[in-house]
Amino acid sequence: MKIFLKILFFLIIIISNYGQKVFAAENNSLLKQDWSFKSFYGKFDRASLQRGYQVYTEVCASCHSMKYLSYRNLAEEGGPEFSEAEAKNIASQFEVIDGPNSDGEMFTRAAKLSDKFVKPYSNDQEAKNANGGAYPPDMSVLVKARKGGPDYIYSVLLGYEDPPADIKLDEGVYFNKYMYGNKIKMASPLSDGIVEYADGTKATQKQMAKDVVTFLTWAAEPHLESRHRVGFKVIIYLLVLTILVYFSMKRIWSRIETKI
Amino acid sequence: MSEHQYEPKSKIGKWFNDRLPMLTLADHLRSYPTPKNLNYWWTFGGILTFCLITQIITGVILGMHYIAHAELAFESVEHIMRDVNYGWLIRYVHANGASMFFLAVYIHIFRALYYGSYKAPREVIWIIGMIIYFLMMMTAFMGYVLPWGQMSFWGATVITNLFSAIPFFGESITNWLWGGFAVDNPTLTRFFSLHYLLPFLIFGLVILHIWALHVPGNNNPIGIDIKKPSNDTVPFHPYIVIKDLFALLIFLIIFAFFVFYSPNILGHADNYIEANPLVTPAHIVPEWYLLPFYAILRSVPDKLFGVIAMFLAIFVLVILPWLDTSKVRSAIFRPLYKQFYWFLVADVLILGYMGAMPAEGTYLLIARVATIYYFTHFLIILPLLGRKEKTIAVPLSITDPILGGMSNQSMTRNNQKFKD
Repeated sequence: MKIFLKILFFLIIIISNYGQKVFAAENNSLLKQDWSFKSFYGKFDRASLQRGYQVYTEVCASCHSMKYLSYRNLAEEGGPEFSEAEAKNIASQFEVIDGPNSDGEMFTRAAKLSDKFVKPYSNDQEAKNANGGAYPPDMSVLVKARKGGPDYIYSVLLGYEDPPADIKLDEGVYFNKYMYGNKIKMASPLSDGIVEYADGTKATQKQMAKDVVTFLTWAAEPHLESRHRVGFKVIIYLLVLTILVYFSMKRIWSRIETKI
Repeated sequence: MSEHQYEPKSKIGKWFNDRLPMLTLADHLRSYPTPKNLNYWWTFGGILTFCLITQIITGVILGMHYIAHAELAFESVEHIMRDVNYGWLIRYVHANGASMFFLAVYIHIFRALYYGSYKAPREVIWIIGMIIYFLMMMTAFMGYVLPWGQMSFWGATVITNLFSAIPFFGESITNWLWGGFAVDNPTLTRFFSLHYLLPFLIFGLVILHIWALHVPGNNNPIGIDIKKPSNDTVPFHPYIVIKDLFALLIFLIIFAFFVFYSPNILGHADNYIEANPLVTPAHIVPEWYLLPFYAILRSVPDKLFGVIAMFLAIFVLVILPWLDTSKVRSAIFRPLYKQFYWFLVADVLILGYMGAMPAEGTYLLIARVATIYYFTHFLIILPLLGRKEKTIAVPLSITDPILGGMSNQSMTRNNQKFKD
């Protein structure tokens, strides 16, 4: 029994460490942030999500799509939690093509809550063509699609530097300390004061990077808060049940003389 | 197995039981005499049954929302994660459930290796188990393809390409598997169909596995034949049921940590990028549970022989009951085997690690040495060990600490009969 638990315990440690080590080996220089959503009961910082949406829509959205999100998500629980009126207002600023109507014609109308986020380009080819041949990846699950997750995106946003003397860069290619291969076709997107926050927060480069990464993490994992909440309850429940079953087991096995 | 014939008490029960002896079966399962000294490594059979049922239930629900189409699969997974009520929970349980399933099956297999559970008269249980294991790997591989991310697509490409190594027919077999000239929509739809089918075959085999187990009864940590029922056994219910439940709950706590707090740690980030046949990922890596075999595959310089070596690595396990010539089951009484056993565990872990690393330089060299040792263990060490090893005296029964002094099982058994 004791040996069993010990081995099981070590196994958990090895598995959890293994994952982190593989992680750390390749990203040991990533800028670490104290994300509010990391801990066992971690939640998103609501104000940061709202600011992050602003950064996304004013800066990133001119090139990066977010095709799996709908405007209604902005008002849903566990997200930026804009009021429904605010979300409707946000949606109405975008135009979508709908139809055909009864005359068989396509028409444009203002977006509704049920519409997906409007894409900046009508197709991948157009997106590539407008960005020097590099496709700006869709941002819906970007945080989960990169090793290092939020820390990685945060680091890339702040990792622009002048290239070392021995590296020659082509026109339209930039040097980034944290990018895989160090070369990136996106110019540094954030600079101090590029957006003006409504809540008076100072829009420094770091602040905006933090806000937009928080927003992107929510976009990739919209039910994160719910997951943490349910998980906490499930584990408490299992622990209590395990203890109860343990004592029942002791009692049942005490009928015969053998140790378990 | 139980000596008395079960008689239902009610009239209806008797009427039904005479026509379909289901109550007799239930009574057999309840009273099934189990060795009382089973340790916690024996609880993984129950845990595995739980895993299979969990995978089937979550899988059937996912199948209601998933769309098996190259253009829509990735999107439908995102739909499950975002819009289906508790879809994220069901998918994360299914995805991490596969890993937990393999974790449990590896513990189950290595328990059998340590205590010699594959030896006579349990060879059939072992072989059915190996078929289950093989089907599990196929099912898991095809399941990993379904989200149609980058690793799905490229993993499928690498693995199906292995068949092109077959002389003469390689190319036509590969095309037949793909349903075209590359991994594409027809591949995805057939993988979905088979991924749905195989778990039910596994379920049937699990029933055979348990049936075959109930003929000779459980092996036990000291690996001796015991009289059933006797002082050495306890009825399955409630003794084993409650113990299995306790172990299952601990297993579930670990499971829950993965599902709720690091659901993606066992997966690969690239699989959240939609499949793109024009962009190859930097490293194509299978899921962790296939890594030892992947390492064996890559450590052989020739493609065809690499594939053969990989399948041989599973096949040596199938014929293990005849490779291990020792009459003593449990490693407790086999001092040399015990050491080689731990070497093998280390060897498989090393192979797994090398499978995750790029196949070059020192990594490749270590993988080659580990591959050679893997086969040496099964094909040379085990057959020789059975003949040369001096084993420790085996006790006569679980309760009775008197040593029978016989390392030979059948002799011990005869001795015991004589004593009675």
